[in-house]
Amino acid sequence: MTEPVSEKLPNPIRPAFDRIEGEELTVVSIGPSHPATHGTIQIIAALDGEKVVRADVHCGYLHRGFEKECEDHTWHNLIPYVDRLNYCSALINNFAYCGAVETLWGIEITPRCRYLRTLLSEYARIADHVTCIGAIFMELGAMTPFLYLMTLRDYIYEHLANLTGARITHSYGRIGGLARDLPDGWLERLEEILREYEVFVGRAHAMMDRNRIFIDRTRGVGVLTTAEALDWGFTGPILRSTGAPRDLRKDTPYLAYAELDFEVPVGIQGDNYDRYYVRMREMDESVRMIRQLVDLLPEGPVNVGDHRCSFPEKRLVYSEIESLIDHFKLVMEGPRAPAGEVYVAHEASNGELGFYVVGTGDGRPYKIHVRAPSFVHMGGMHRLLEGYQLADVVATFGSMNMIGGECDR
Amino acid sequence: MASQAILGELKEKLAGGAKSACVSHGVLVLEIDPAAVGATALLLRDELGFDLLLDVTAVDWLGQTPRFEVVHHFYSTSRFVRVRLKHRVPEEDPTSESLTGLYGAARYMERECHDMYGIAFRGNPDLRPILLYEGFLGHPLRKDYPKEREQPLVPYRR
Repeated sequence: MTEPVSEKLPNPIRPAFDRIEGEELTVVSIGPSHPATHGTIQIIAALDGEKVVRADVHCGYLHRGFEKECEDHTWHNLIPYVDRLNYCSALINNFAYCGAVETLWGIEITPRCRYLRTLLSEYARIADHVTCIGAIFMELGAMTPFLYLMTLRDYIYEHLANLTGARITHSYGRIGGLARDLPDGWLERLEEILREYEVFVGRAHAMMDRNRIFIDRTRGVGVLTTAEALDWGFTGPILRSTGAPRDLRKDTPYLAYAELDFEVPVGIQGDNYDRYYVRMREMDESVRMIRQLVDLLPEGPVNVGDHRCSFPEKRLVYSEIESLIDHFKLVMEGPRAPAGEVYVAHEASNGELGFYVVGTGDGRPYKIHVRAPSFVHMGGMHRLLEGYQLADVVATFGSMNMIGGECDR
Repeated sequence: MASQAILGELKEKLAGGAKSACVSHGVLVLEIDPAAVGATALLLRDELGFDLLLDVTAVDWLGQTPRFEVVHHFYSTSRFVRVRLKHRVPEEDPTSESLTGLYGAARYMERECHDMYGIAFRGNPDLRPILLYEGFLGHPLRKDYPKEREQPLVPYRR
């Protein structure tokens, strides 16, 4: 049944300002679908000539009721949903969500699973940063390095498809483990891709780092101080670009990060160029971590084999009654996670990705809230736009790496 | 664990002003009086170094009184620990104190919480819809919001 259309609604959004009294300003609406930006976001900007005087950022165009839907599905069923939060690095979302449920349960994952999750998180981070940097290049008109980086990303996606069966939305995490172990030859191909990484990212460095046009568009544009970044809740590469070496992988080590040797790259002045460069350096550190993890990777099972949450092997489901019952119960009723609430945060490629999970001992969560870095970043983005040129909106927005899926949920 | 010691120390300091305090899954959880939100947040930010407001959300405990539980998460970038502040607000008057004066990040997060649960934050001048749109009826994350409900459409979208 459709309710009557309200006549009072000329526009789905209400901008913070229509016109600014007493000043000769032009108000323009950029987006939600604008050829110069990626992602669906609307920026209402008041312009004085070419200069942005005030900006009002609206998101929500990709809102699909993720949190409401979570309350209606079993704990396992949510794994494909969390893929679609930050779809550029779906594995990190998988592992953060599974980590939250495991913390609620008090499940300790197996050593092989712990190292594999760390390795795949870093691998996904490279894919995400490559996408973000490639998009910045493309939006500033540099098509060639964009294609180089997309080629690399495609190698990574195909390689992950070999492992998980899907290029982008992998659904590879499981509560208490992973969907499956590595296929044969996967680590050898990984090393090949890491060597390709050096070639392709080296080309991007060579073409862009000292490129006059790129520097003019990014140096000194969208400048942010550490104090402001913290006030607006910024985390991840944006906070680090201001010079603060804050990284959850170092500060509150989770998974296997405590055993790895890596640096936290920081920027100098928190402008677009620093945000670009911090991401480039972070990828180098990720490669370093992946190589250490390949050496550290122990043998053993990837799943805890706890019948409260892990699915039994398919072979057993078809041959013995206990496994069949387990399987049936897990699918139909869902694993009964204990009552309680947890907040677990992982350092995703955009910043702190937190899952606040409330359970009441049922097979479904009572509430799931995602602390999505992109949403928080959009809350403070107007600060980075005001005072700069209209054309800088494109460069600054690119360097924030807004991902609609996690911003709007 | 160093963080456990820090959390223990914080608990001693903060337990006096709270209804209950405990350390749960590595987070210090404080249940406080609704009137004490601003003062506690100010204490956390200025004296205890919690410089990052991570998250504002709510939990709808339908059937309990008071019905809504507003949840704030804070993080200290110098001591690497988290604090969760919880307070209850009643269904008849779902209002809570805004933290926009202390943290810029509260602006968007409180808008989202207002969208989803209808909790009005006193002192936040800008509670326009953020994830939803103008004219959306109801608050979708409330437990009594019917998932199947159709919304009045904006005219030109038809």
